[in-house]
Amino acid sequence: MEHKIRLGLIGLGKMGISHLAIAGGNENIEVVGVCDTSKLVAGFIEKQTPFKVYDDFRLMVKESKPDAVIVSVPTKYHSEIIEELLDSHIHVFSEKPLTLDAAISQRLAEKAELLGLVNQVGYHNHFIGTFEEMCRLIDKKVMGDLYHFTAEAYGPVVTKEKDSTWRSKPEEGGGCLYDYASHVIDLVNYALGEIKQVSGIQLKKIYSKDVEDAVYGTLHLNSGLSGILSVNWSDEAYRKMSTKITVQGKNGKLIVDATELKLYLNGAVKGETYERGWNTVSIGMLQDQVDFYLRGEEYTAQLDYFVDCIKKKKTGEHNRFRDAAKTDHAIEMIRKSK
Amino acid sequence: MERILFGDNQFFGVNHASDEKSREQLIKFKKDETIIKTLDIAKAAGVNTFMCTTYDRIANICEHIRNHPEKYVGYKIYPCMPYAHKYANAVTELGILGALKAYMPRNIFTTALKGGMAYLSEDHEKMMELLIDAEMKMFHGVDTPVIFLQNVVTDLLLGMKAYGMLAAFHGYVKKKYKAEAGFITMNLPLLSSVLENLGIEQPIICASINKEGFRMSGGRSLYEKVIAEKKNKVIAMQIFGGGFINADDAIEYIKSIEGIDSILFGASTSDNINRTIQQLNI
Repeated sequence: MEHKIRLGLIGLGKMGISHLAIAGGNENIEVVGVCDTSKLVAGFIEKQTPFKVYDDFRLMVKESKPDAVIVSVPTKYHSEIIEELLDSHIHVFSEKPLTLDAAISQRLAEKAELLGLVNQVGYHNHFIGTFEEMCRLIDKKVMGDLYHFTAEAYGPVVTKEKDSTWRSKPEEGGGCLYDYASHVIDLVNYALGEIKQVSGIQLKKIYSKDVEDAVYGTLHLNSGLSGILSVNWSDEAYRKMSTKITVQGKNGKLIVDATELKLYLNGAVKGETYERGWNTVSIGMLQDQVDFYLRGEEYTAQLDYFVDCIKKKKTGEHNRFRDAAKTDHAIEMIRKSK
Repeated sequence: MERILFGDNQFFGVNHASDEKSREQLIKFKKDETIIKTLDIAKAAGVNTFMCTTYDRIANICEHIRNHPEKYVGYKIYPCMPYAHKYANAVTELGILGALKAYMPRNIFTTALKGGMAYLSEDHEKMMELLIDAEMKMFHGVDTPVIFLQNVVTDLLLGMKAYGMLAAFHGYVKKKYKAEAGFITMNLPLLSSVLENLGIEQPIICASINKEGFRMSGGRSLYEKVIAEKKNKVIAMQIFGGGFINADDAIEYIKSIEGIDSILFGASTSDNINRTIQQLNI
């Protein structure tokens, strides 16, 4: 039988638990250890599952000897843990954002690449079929020369004034900018080009005391293209997080979210099946199926990709640390400009 | 179980194919009367089972059914729990412990059990039982012969290999509510083998089954093979793949698969409801 990837997980919050279940359902992975300091979660894993639980990640690494580790602890702990993992020659999948300091993110990227280790960050939108198709259409200039974009995300995370957790502390990576907005900023960096400058930034508190609940502003890209960022995690009109990118070019307009792609073309484009006028394509026609499903194909697809890169000894092209460092840089510009 | 079950996604803006349609549906079904009217259309066409997520608003539907017993003789509701986004959003904001505290019955954290959480955190089955009871409250006096675990929880437990919890759900629902447990999943082949190993005979499994293999993890042919073995009572859902599969093709396919006991579908208009029921019945 083929060699399984020995995987460890550090941090069992919402994303960590989700990664654990997806890894548990993956035939190419052997989960060799999980680590969390919360007694509630650790107790559940210990008693109800076959996985070995640690409360010290260094001990987990030493004893369980993982090939790769998923890091999904609060963001402020990322840099220290990732640095140590890289020093131990372990491939790393980190939750987003990579770190709270773009310079550190860049250094971790260089280190991982120098050591030939697979490095990936959990910006899962890259693995959603509609957004993948969006990137293809932009690269092929199907909408012609672009002149504007709108990048949005809305959802109902903080809809009342409540007790605080690390997500309500800016110094620990809390707030809408590091959470919802980072996904949208990353999509812009990935699909449309690197963000060079930001302007007109508004970080609005709605229900939170110490962090922003909404982020609005203008993003200026290296290419000269500019567009609007509009993100709000206190919007109860949405049932769950909804991310949408609208791109306008001289030959048409593209509106994309995780469920649907809508393309209006002023004129048909050679080699494309899209017609003049409105075209709509549902996610069902664009998404590859996965072997184990939880919450969305993209979560499984990103982990499959990570494992595939390790097995094939390739560095990968999606969500590398160096890409995430660009997103951290844009976040920094937004934070500083307020 | 009846051959056709009526679902609730359209009432609550759950649309896997379009966020825009989802919003339109939320507007259309803003009033409970509109939901009840739609349920009655399906009922008149012979569908006497409503399978629904435990949203707060379902309490009003239950209230209506209790208040009109003569009209709803033999009518059944299959509750599906929990409404996961409620918990998921709470976990993002409050952390896991905070979310549990927010949704556990209040008295646990007051006088009756000092240090209740610490005590409870070691008895996971008991914690699940309390959450089930909390979700089941709104259904008192309504016939609920099957109680489902939502796919996000079923599949989370499946992936984490916390198989004992699946068995515990099955056992508790039977003991306390004299009901059969059902499991919604996006991973039918894997779940089927796990439940078989747990010794659960003929479990009720509700899964996406459609012509295009949409949300059928492991692939359509593996699904067809497992379904044909008839080790489970199978409910097919998402037969239209959330809307992108041609309706006639979708129905022709689902009727051709042997081993499917029931078909779950939802629709908003009288025309669509009647046409789908008619096509499924032929």
